Amino acid sequence: MAAAGATDKTEYDTFPKLLLRNADIFGDRPAMREKDLGIWQSWTWKEVHEIVKNYAHGLKKLGLKAGDKVAIVGDNRPRLYWTFAAVQSLGATPVPNYQDSVADEMVFVLKHAEVTFAIVENQEQVDKVLSVADQLPKLRKIVYDDDRGLQDYDPKDLHSFERVIEIGRKEIEKNPKLVERWEAGFDKYNGSDIAVFLYTSGTTGRPKGVVLSYDNILISARNGNAFDGLDEMEEVLAYLPMAWVGDHIFSYGQSYTAGFCVSCPESRETINEDRREIGPTYFFAPPRPFEIMLTQITVNMEDASTVNRWLYNYFMDVAKKSGEKILNGEPVPFMERVKYWLGELFVYGPLKNQMGFSRLKVGYTAGEAIGPEIFSFYRSLGLNLKQLYGQTEAGVYVTVQPDGEIRADTVGKPAPDVEIKIDKSGEVLYRSPGVFLEYYKNKAATREAKTKDGWVHSGDAGFFDDTGHLHVIDRAKDVGKLKDGTLFPPKYIENKLKFFPNIQEAVAFGDGRDFCAMFINIDLTSVSNWAEKNNIIYGSYQELAAHPEVYSMIEEHVREVNLQLAGEGDLAGAQIKRFLVLHKELDPDDGEITRTAKVRRGFVGERYKPLVDALYDPKNYKQHISTEVTFEDGRKGKLEADVEIRDVQSVDVPEAHMQEAAE
Amino acid sequence: MNTAIAEIQPGKPILAMDHISLSFGGVKAIRDVSFDIRKGEIRAIIGPNGAGKTSLLNVINGFYHPQEGIINYKGAKRNDMKPYVAASQGIARTFQNVALFAGMSTLDNIMSGRMLKMKVALPWHIIRFGPAEREEIEHREFVEQIIDFLEIQAIRRTPVGRLPYGLQKRVELGRALAMEPELLLLDEPMAGMNLEEKEDMSRFVLDVNDQFGTTIALIEHDMGVVMDISDRVIVLDYGQKIADGTPDEVKNNQNVIDAYLGVAH
Repeated sequence: MAAAGATDKTEYDTFPKLLLRNADIFGDRPAMREKDLGIWQSWTWKEVHEIVKNYAHGLKKLGLKAGDKVAIVGDNRPRLYWTFAAVQSLGATPVPNYQDSVADEMVFVLKHAEVTFAIVENQEQVDKVLSVADQLPKLRKIVYDDDRGLQDYDPKDLHSFERVIEIGRKEIEKNPKLVERWEAGFDKYNGSDIAVFLYTSGTTGRPKGVVLSYDNILISARNGNAFDGLDEMEEVLAYLPMAWVGDHIFSYGQSYTAGFCVSCPESRETINEDRREIGPTYFFAPPRPFEIMLTQITVNMEDASTVNRWLYNYFMDVAKKSGEKILNGEPVPFMERVKYWLGELFVYGPLKNQMGFSRLKVGYTAGEAIGPEIFSFYRSLGLNLKQLYGQTEAGVYVTVQPDGEIRADTVGKPAPDVEIKIDKSGEVLYRSPGVFLEYYKNKAATREAKTKDGWVHSGDAGFFDDTGHLHVIDRAKDVGKLKDGTLFPPKYIENKLKFFPNIQEAVAFGDGRDFCAMFINIDLTSVSNWAEKNNIIYGSYQELAAHPEVYSMIEEHVREVNLQLAGEGDLAGAQIKRFLVLHKELDPDDGEITRTAKVRRGFVGERYKPLVDALYDPKNYKQHISTEVTFEDGRKGKLEADVEIRDVQSVDVPEAHMQEAAE
Repeated sequence: MNTAIAEIQPGKPILAMDHISLSFGGVKAIRDVSFDIRKGEIRAIIGPNGAGKTSLLNVINGFYHPQEGIINYKGAKRNDMKPYVAASQGIARTFQNVALFAGMSTLDNIMSGRMLKMKVALPWHIIRFGPAEREEIEHREFVEQIIDFLEIQAIRRTPVGRLPYGLQKRVELGRALAMEPELLLLDEPMAGMNLEEKEDMSRFVLDVNDQFGTTIALIEHDMGVVMDISDRVIVLDYGQKIADGTPDEVKNNQNVIDAYLGVAH
């Protein structure tokens, strides 16, 4: 379908037009699936067209007009996806919401977007909307998908999906001409018109309504399809929040442009099983699910029989050695290929089948940095897992990794049609056809984020390496500078350390100082395991943390991070010069980390000021510290310790570069 | 004995216990207890340990036969009844200690609740042919609706022995629901659960009552739950009924307060 993708750029420039096209050319192919009562139900493009047609007429009869905003709240359900198209076909704008947000959070978005209709999944969401309805003067109707528990609700302004469809069908029966008029209405809109509002999740401040046009989404989607060669034969599982730009592009934009089928899981808990049954060819997940799957496999293998364990270990070593090379199309000796083929037969194949990845063509991870070992594990099995960097404001794509140039530490090269530049402060700016129109009703924020000539401030700091790959290192506002002007991205360096299983937490200092120095927290589970194997005796966390051999091991890790940093251009100057291992775990009860395990760098710096000062006193190798700690029952106590400080040799740049290139 | 089963209107008694006494040798488990359960209500039975609550449920579903008294179920008088007869007449129950088939999957456990509804002879089912296959599909559909209702899709194929306790209780409720009971007896459905599991279970009990109109009699120790979800409460102590009424009436009853706070007898 590559040819169709190229020619339909102008003709099919909105979702309703694409729906007509798909019903025409992919008519009997599945468009949507959902597992209901244990059985996968599917709808062809023709059927979807029929449903959307009736649905749109029903909504129209209920009073939905062009220009209205329609909230969509719920898990990934076919009917909610159809709502997008039905609403857009009437010239109204869908506003998907995060389904887990509590009523108080939701009301901000619904009020700000001035929604007139709310299309929701079930009683839970109906209750939420009703509980804030008095703050939403423009809200007129609520439509729900699942009627369980809703029988006794006042039906005046509350309609079931089935009823809306019924109303629509009757309308069309009465006056079949309506359909022609409905379809003719599609031509009033084109690519530059507003398609959707996607509210950013708002970790900082209030959510902002990102206004995206049809072109933003459809050009991005088409570029994505072309980049990975996706066509109507793909299978995807829609399980990420519908309000998130990623899902909007993958499960809606790319599906409508390429014509592939989107499957909705039975429930949130059954995603793994559903994935196994569907066998997606195209898959997207943040790093976390990949971590969980790997842990699960490791645990299961430990319980497996000796033979199985031996097979697994043997062939995983083979995969480690040549799996990625084979995937990247690099030369691999014949014998290695034979071994890998056997491994595929005995281990990788069954493993992939277990994870539901047997048919995977391409998978993406984004959102956070993924651990290099985890990334390599999946790639060595022959799964084409890649990274991308994207933002709601960009219609997702900013950079992606092209096949054959996959590395764990970059987010790839600029995506098709995307221009990127890095400004003096290190912030990444981009410009592309996917760039959003504006923040809804927020001119000031729009001006701040988007320049007149279309460049968007990503808010992230990054740099390009010699191979043209972008490294995103931190939020721009968190990136500091060493005294000599070197860029100092604390989180980026900390994350590199945290990828070592022995290190649980790391806190970097360096902004406005001479060099970068580190606090390190050991990971008790993993280090105690290591201590047991190495016959190291210890009595407490504090004793283990202060053990010279533990220090030496951590020093080894720090040196490795320095080696990596040395190969990353400007960051070579931000190598870690001194570090110490903290005598206690950073604890949310003491306010040192947040409940979601984010280090409060400033607070830690204050609390352990003597230690920070000692790090920057070149003659000080041992510092006494006394800290107040809160026990789990709320009592307070004092913890005293002498903490050792170690110097670490920094790595010379050219040498390191050679090494990294060889890796 | 009148065996005709009448259709009971909501609000009218579906079950009436008249002067029931039950003893095991010299131990009097239940002494002269009378009460009724109205169609469509949630009726709680509470009382201190050993008060005779479970014995009372066992009398209702025919597991124990009272020495004295008469039970009127749906207009038919009886004083003894075999449990399977009770089951075929629409009484289903769950147990204080989970009594599921631990090695079987959730699906099969719930499916076993459909046994009584299966009409096709066993030989057909063994070869799973023709009418047997159709029947299985039909029942499977019903079971899937229960799975959907109880939100246990994710454990459909998991052997129940591997499930946490709270989920096992839910599966047990599912099996009882598979019988499409008119009267559902729940013996401590929330025992051993954490707060969240209790809230979920309360929700399901209310939903069952609401959606299917099932009459529910339940034994429960968590007073918060009992007072929240039941329409009427009966309180037992040492085998005797000491109070009967709405949760508010029972809460303020002096006998109940004494029984729970342990006044010397």
